[in-house]
Amino acid sequence: MNPRHIGADFRIVARSYFRNPVALFFSLIFPIILIALFGLIFSATGTTVVTVPVLNEDHGPGGVGYSEESVAFLSALNNTTLVKVQVVSVAPSDFAAWLGQNDYPVGLVVPSGFQSNFTNHTATNLTLYTDPQDAASSGQAQAVVAGVANAFNLRAACSSKNCSAVIGITGANVGSAVYTYIDYLIPGLIGFSILTSPMFSMVDITSSYRKEGIFRQLSLTPLTRAEWLTSRILWYVLLTFVTAGIMIGAGAYLFNAHVLVTAQLIPFLVVGPFLFVSLGMLAGCVAKTPESAALIGNIITFPMMFLSGTFFPVSSFPSGLQSFAHVLPLYYVIDGMNQVMLFSNTSRALTDVVVVLAIAVVFFLLSVRLFKWRDE
Amino acid sequence: MPGAIEVHGLRKRYGTLAAVDGIDFSVQSGSVFAFLGPNGAGKTTTTEILEGLRNRSEGEVSVLGLDPWSDGAELHRRIGVIPQDFRFFEKITPAEAIVYYRSLFHTERDPVQLLDRVELADKANSRFESLSGGQKQKLGLALALVNDPEICFLDEPTTGLDPHARRSIWAVIRALRKEGRTVFLTTHYLEEAELLADRVAIIHHGHIIASGTPSDIIAQYGTPERIRVQAGPDLGDYLAHKLGVVARAEDGHVEVELHQKEDALRVLAAIEASGIAWSGFETRQDTLEDVFVRMVGQMDEGALRTEGSP
Repeated sequence: MNPRHIGADFRIVARSYFRNPVALFFSLIFPIILIALFGLIFSATGTTVVTVPVLNEDHGPGGVGYSEESVAFLSALNNTTLVKVQVVSVAPSDFAAWLGQNDYPVGLVVPSGFQSNFTNHTATNLTLYTDPQDAASSGQAQAVVAGVANAFNLRAACSSKNCSAVIGITGANVGSAVYTYIDYLIPGLIGFSILTSPMFSMVDITSSYRKEGIFRQLSLTPLTRAEWLTSRILWYVLLTFVTAGIMIGAGAYLFNAHVLVTAQLIPFLVVGPFLFVSLGMLAGCVAKTPESAALIGNIITFPMMFLSGTFFPVSSFPSGLQSFAHVLPLYYVIDGMNQVMLFSNTSRALTDVVVVLAIAVVFFLLSVRLFKWRDE
Repeated sequence: MPGAIEVHGLRKRYGTLAAVDGIDFSVQSGSVFAFLGPNGAGKTTTTEILEGLRNRSEGEVSVLGLDPWSDGAELHRRIGVIPQDFRFFEKITPAEAIVYYRSLFHTERDPVQLLDRVELADKANSRFESLSGGQKQKLGLALALVNDPEICFLDEPTTGLDPHARRSIWAVIRALRKEGRTVFLTTHYLEEAELLADRVAIIHHGHIIASGTPSDIIAQYGTPERIRVQAGPDLGDYLAHKLGVVARAEDGHVEVELHQKEDALRVLAAIEASGIAWSGFETRQDTLEDVFVRMVGQMDEGALRTEGSP
């Protein structure tokens, strides 16, 4: 391996790439589109803040403003960060219809006399409107309102205000601090581009360069097959870093994603492209024609694209499909990035990276061996 | 002194088919050698074996004293190859292509000078995809020269090019010879071989059917120079009787073979003396192309007859 050869070939790849608008679109713009699209589609299924329009009928002394306790209750609701209270002024009889017209799945009415009843320990009833069609938002609002109501009940039950709850709950998410679907999606989509971008292009160029005689041309130079493949790998590693950066940035900017970006991510952004450049080359040189190469490429790529945990966690699959996912190389790339970016699980990430590296080395050696510049 | 290329008993079989069936030839260092043959005759197979791109089935091949297949890497540093229909990375310019090759071959050739040499300097910064067929071929030629090769292999370098582009490639080939490089040329254009080559070999069905200098081959296999006049067959009879020469009459023409220059005067004098009406005379000699077409045609006819006979 001569670094000068690899460098010269790398410049050719880079130039060809920058002069190809389609390729640029797929590596620079497409990641943003992917994140935006999947973020929008699936963000509703994550932990979101439910807006709760509130009709507060418990006014302050002289009918001015709102009573102290009703305001305290509403701000307690806000403090859960799971709902966002929005006080509205609508005629009580029109409230249910108003909610429906404005597409609010939930709504809350604080009755007049809330504060006086509360201080006198007299029963008082909040009315919570919910939309059965939006079970997620309704359930979330119901739970939050019930929780806050319980806290107030507890306070009322303790005559002295320094009495406190015995059982406390500290909120925590699975994985790192805040874990939403978009956070989960980012490692998945980075994996998606680690797979697709080198696979599609390597399969294509391997078969078309052979057909056009470009490999034959290169075989007449001192460039070796391993050098040629290495410069491609380096290029796709660079591209993966750029794509991953764009995806993490777009996720954070558009959806407030909170993935952990640490140095432990680097091995995956290196061995991932290493694996799929080699596999793409292997698929391309096994095929006899560009058409069959594209077919072989698709057969390898498509199952991996959907079944390796790119869009949905493998743990949500039926068990048969889960075992299948575990033989797909991309699964280990994405699982490893999940461990690093969401769960900070270094030891499992290390196992994943070793698996990916081992498969990559096998594919690299196999493709250098099977790939022929010249004919027998 | 051994030749730049030495081939003895070379055979290449694909399954039961022998594409090259036991050929021998040698190419002298510093000469232009043209390898001719119809499509499918074994030209490209032989050329690729010499270039180290294809392994042989049998025989001895030595190029610059090296075995092209097992010493391929060493050989490729010392030869330049322009394949048929040269293709390169679409988005790369000729100047960049030369810088790329320069890095691979560890040389310091000046791209501008090299492109100038093949008359491509004005397209130095145009992308390969925008070049014409002739310009692409010229880039192929320039890249083949980056490593200052001792032998240049040109596989049908002018096929499909316009006459102007063809002539500029010829000029480069002549210059290569002048610099003492060996040129191995395959071509469809017999005129090209006749103009450029010191020696030619004609391959057909995997066998070499003729080899030597173009004039040797014409002298050996071509018909002698002929005088041809427009006249009826009675003139032919008259000349045969009067001069004792072979005179062929067909399609309102009479042709007489000339064995010496003086024959032309004797024949013309006899024609004039015959009193038979005639007009428009010309003399004609076989070109390499005539010889080639006749030899290949006769062989194919012979093959057909053999196959057709019970």
